[in-house]
Amino acid sequence: MSESAVPVVRVERLRKVYTVGDDQVIALGGVDLTIESGDFLSVMGPSGSGKSTFMQIIGLLDQPTDGTYYFEGKDVSNLTSDERADIRSRRLGFVFQSYNLLSRTSAVENVELPMVYAGIPEDERRRIALEKMEIVGIAQLAKHAPNQMSGGQQQRVAIARSLVNNPGLILADEPTGALDTKTSSDVMRLFKQLNKDLGMTIMVVTHEFDVAMNARRIVSFRDGLIISDKPNETLAGVA
Amino acid sequence: MTLMATLRLAWQALVRNKARSLLTMLGIVIGVAAVIITVAIGAGARSSVQSSIAGLGANLIVVQPGSVTQGGARTGFGGASSLTPADGMAIAQLPDVAAVSPLVTLRTQVVAGGNNWQTIVNGVAPTYTFIRDWPIAQGSFFTQSDVTASAKVAVLGQTVVSQLFPDGNPPIGQTAIVKGVPFTVIGVLAAKGQSGTGQDQDDTILIPYSSAMQRLTGLTTVNQLMVSAASADAIDAVQAEVTTLLQTRHRIVPPESNDFQVRNLQSIAAAASSTGAVMEFLLAGVAAVSLIVGGIGIMNIMMVSVTERTREIGLRMAVGARSGTILQQFLAEAIVLSTIGGLIGVVLGVLGTSGVALLAKWPTTIPPIWIALSVGFSALVGIFFGYYPARKAANLNPIEALRFE
Repeated sequence: MSESAVPVVRVERLRKVYTVGDDQVIALGGVDLTIESGDFLSVMGPSGSGKSTFMQIIGLLDQPTDGTYYFEGKDVSNLTSDERADIRSRRLGFVFQSYNLLSRTSAVENVELPMVYAGIPEDERRRIALEKMEIVGIAQLAKHAPNQMSGGQQQRVAIARSLVNNPGLILADEPTGALDTKTSSDVMRLFKQLNKDLGMTIMVVTHEFDVAMNARRIVSFRDGLIISDKPNETLAGVA
Repeated sequence: MTLMATLRLAWQALVRNKARSLLTMLGIVIGVAAVIITVAIGAGARSSVQSSIAGLGANLIVVQPGSVTQGGARTGFGGASSLTPADGMAIAQLPDVAAVSPLVTLRTQVVAGGNNWQTIVNGVAPTYTFIRDWPIAQGSFFTQSDVTASAKVAVLGQTVVSQLFPDGNPPIGQTAIVKGVPFTVIGVLAAKGQSGTGQDQDDTILIPYSSAMQRLTGLTTVNQLMVSAASADAIDAVQAEVTTLLQTRHRIVPPESNDFQVRNLQSIAAAASSTGAVMEFLLAGVAAVSLIVGGIGIMNIMMVSVTERTREIGLRMAVGARSGTILQQFLAEAIVLSTIGGLIGVVLGVLGTSGVALLAKWPTTIPPIWIALSVGFSALVGIFFGYYPARKAANLNPIEALRFE
């Protein structure tokens, strides 16, 4: 049970500075945040607030300029790109606004993709992929190609894909940005269910208040800094 | 990732874009097919030249009279009248000489029954069939006693038989009149076909050289002495011995120039085959250029493909592909593409080659090394031209790649 004692994410004085020509743009100006296992948080903020940069660093797609990032207790602030790729492969799940499914490739093969790079044997891959598709309720679409599916279905395929390596953290970047209101709430309900039933740790980045309100905890960014970090009070009574 | 898994991924990516993959391969397919066909034609021509030279005779050395100057004009080799059958007898005594035959050649009209035909009448010795490795199909060849008696006997080539005796009856025992002299046909040569220079070797009549000299040319000299060395290794030695012997017999003291010329066919064969080899490499070089053009086609399409699949690359990186893995994958795509193109090219090349052999009646051989070479070269083309686009893909930043529109 030691795993639950170690926070999934702990960042200290995290800074990210971009150099554009002669100008320095401060995307993150010193951020401290801890995400415990089983947490479900929304990261909010207008564009340019630093929330996307934050997600990229947490997702190990990018490196901080300064500060320390502990992922599952390990300092990952200064890893090589291969080391980061390996952690992404084994411990992180990604969901994107535009689904990012491979075209002309069946749903189940799309779900299998991360396992291809993790080196999991083929029959094992198929079994796990179908199992995760069952969880998100699209097992019947296994053989369909993305262009034969609705946006909501495609996003479910993407969510199933993010689950296949039993990640320590799922990062969803504007997961409902391309969906209508009804489908959006279905997808958010799925995230809530994954958090509640499977204990998945989930971080959703969004600028939509309604979407953010599905999480247990809401973190707001502005100008590269966290301006508020509080539990979702609307849910507090219900939970 | 294992090699198999990488190849699998590459294959899947190529199958996803079938039409484009096929079109991209086309350059390589055409290049390899061109290499195979040109090399097959070149090698076929070369081996047919070699075999026809070998068909001229076993380890053959030819002695011809030298050139003479008549009133300031020099004749070519063979112009002098310096070789006699006695020279031939002397040469036959040399060690390492298997057989010698004088050759007296004249082109003349031959009449038999109601038919006549102009052909080459060769006066030779009985050893001729051995020297030329030319068996008898019907009847028999004349003997040494026929030579001694200057007998009026003749052995006909197949073409002459069909021209003079078109009714199909065996010509043995019939009479053929050469320059007014009646010869009895005692044998028919087996068909030999065309010579290396395209002459019909079957269009000939063989008679004893003594008969040709006494009854037809009226000369005491011969046109050629054909010498067969005992083995291929002895050719150079025999050539030297013959030269020395004839210098002695003809009382030639250096620096006086020889009134004869000794040649062996190995040098002609070597020259012919090296000419063929040069042609072959030239053709293969042209074909190799087309392979490089095909490679540039692959590079072009791979560049387009990397740009088009930028988001896919970003996604693959996000879900855990290392940049080395992406490099491998794109490189594998280029190699699979070019190698399959190469294999299809080999198949088309082999088909094309048999087409050429069938339609143009051109002898062809496909040296297996060229099949291996051209497939190997296509794979190299894939590696070479696939590397740059693959590196471009591997160096993409996953964040920017995922945002790419």
